[in-house]
Amino acid sequence: MAVLSRPRGVVETLPTRPAPRRVGRGRRLRRDWLLLVCAVPGLVWLLVFHYAPLLGNVIAFKDYQPYVGIADAPWVGFDNFSIIVNGDPAFLNALVNTLVISLLQLLFVFPIPIALALLLNSLVSERMKRTVQSILYLPHFLSWVIIVAIFQHMLGNTGLLNGFLTEHDLGSVSIIGNPELFKELVVAQVVWKDTGWGMILFLAAMSRIDPELYEAAAVDGASRLRQVWHVTLPGIKSVVALLLILRLGDVLSVGFEQILLQQNAVGPTASEVLDTYVFNNAVGAGSWGASAAAGLVKGVVGVALVLGANKVAHLFGERGVYQR
Amino acid sequence: MSVALTPARPATRAAKGLVLTVCCLVVILPFLAVVSTSLADESQVAAAGGYVLWPERPSFYAYEAIFDGGVVTRALLVSVGVTVVGASLSLACTALLAYGLSRPGSFGSRPILMVVLFSVLFSPGIIPMYLTVKELGLLDSYWALILSALINGFNVIVMRAFFLELPQELLDAAKIDGASELTILVRIVLPLSKAVVAVIGLFYAVAYWNNFFSALLYITDNSKYPLSLILRTYVVDNATIGTGDATQVPPQQSLQMAMLVVSILPILLVYPFLQKHFAKGIMIGAVKG
Repeated sequence: MAVLSRPRGVVETLPTRPAPRRVGRGRRLRRDWLLLVCAVPGLVWLLVFHYAPLLGNVIAFKDYQPYVGIADAPWVGFDNFSIIVNGDPAFLNALVNTLVISLLQLLFVFPIPIALALLLNSLVSERMKRTVQSILYLPHFLSWVIIVAIFQHMLGNTGLLNGFLTEHDLGSVSIIGNPELFKELVVAQVVWKDTGWGMILFLAAMSRIDPELYEAAAVDGASRLRQVWHVTLPGIKSVVALLLILRLGDVLSVGFEQILLQQNAVGPTASEVLDTYVFNNAVGAGSWGASAAAGLVKGVVGVALVLGANKVAHLFGERGVYQR
Repeated sequence: MSVALTPARPATRAAKGLVLTVCCLVVILPFLAVVSTSLADESQVAAAGGYVLWPERPSFYAYEAIFDGGVVTRALLVSVGVTVVGASLSLACTALLAYGLSRPGSFGSRPILMVVLFSVLFSPGIIPMYLTVKELGLLDSYWALILSALINGFNVIVMRAFFLELPQELLDAAKIDGASELTILVRIVLPLSKAVVAVIGLFYAVAYWNNFFSALLYITDNSKYPLSLILRTYVVDNATIGTGDATQVPPQQSLQMAMLVVSILPILLVYPFLQKHFAKGIMIGAVKG
């Protein structure tokens, strides 16, 4: 063993990172090569299945055809971006749908977990809290196929809701497969699936608030509602800001799998979003370059939004995702 | 936490209880309806459609039909296989990578850590990912389902954070006793990290079990479909399923719900364990990331 063949230096036993200068590269390599070997399978996987595809985005600037291959495809500059610049109607439709769904999600999917976490936090009984949490977390672990199937069984034409309405002579409602309600349905599904999950970080932040703050507020005569306003909400402010920033980065990616699964029933006008547009256009219609271009723009806009929102958060004195 | 210095008024408490009860019912009722419909017999489903909250004459016809060796049985085997093999491989690679990065100052660990961190920040996108799998000749292979999602950088970071917390004196002592890095990993580090290893393994398993999109993308041969694609075909898209030689044909809706139950059940079984640990996992990632 290389490690054992020499006495261990003082530098290595320091708890913090030792200065690389003091132990030579060669000696460190001889000392650590087995650790490197451990990291190799994962590293190779990351390079092949993560970084190589990341480079594969160059087909956005190429005229890619599956039978030619990426390397041999001719360069076409920014031609593939013309669908975005010239405003291809299908692309614009997808963009508008994406933004509308994102806005609805910001209005419902984001605040509902906060409200529910506040409500849960105000409960005295720990057991009650835990029970409710256990129940509400569960849907997060189900796949979209299962969620969509469950919703169809609940709200479909022969589902639970309509069965109930028919039995009590209340008529029937068409929700599943109705293009006019599609966006609301999508948002409702996300609320059902992820409200519980969304509460976790807020609840954790609330549990870190110093109880003395509440006591002081109560002594000053603050009602429970005022305590929430003046103690709890400021206490979770930075977590809310953080999650809001991250959410902004996802403004252009809404429910890909979820929507893809339900598109057949309502048609593309109501349901096409950017992610499904990219997918359908490439794998379905074979315009790989243009789809990759759209996907690339989407990714860049997402990163830009996060950076921008982070900047705004800094202006308001919040920590944001990272610090300068 | 005892916030209640002034006790809430009864009306407020009743309102809170009502809201929370409704929330819980909204989650529980669908599960109840799904299970009940899967057990209901023909006359009840014919009379009430999906409005079955309690099976009057429970029968297991639907389950017998999907387990009699048809497409659903095969898809179930595919899903189980991919989940078991995939989660084992994922866990092994994640643990090895996390361990390789768990000695601050070791040769090459900083650049490799950067590679892991950046993989969490940027995802390659659908199209280039598809093309990579295609160029590697993995289309229509079960390996595509496993290799396209082998490592989640976030899990590596969480596990590494856990390894860093272990008492270093223990590792040093083992080294002085002549243990190699691999012995230390297998004999000391992993046994001390059972909880995090189990939770991350389960997270991987749940992800493989739930995996729908890679299957849709990479698997076109429908004899290789995993359960998620079968669910889409026969439950979401409502294709009629043949029940082979079964003499007793269960109602279509019961069959569909039985398939749903079969795909939800494994998650329900591991859920209590997951739930005990995931909040902690999230916090480690958030604090140490």
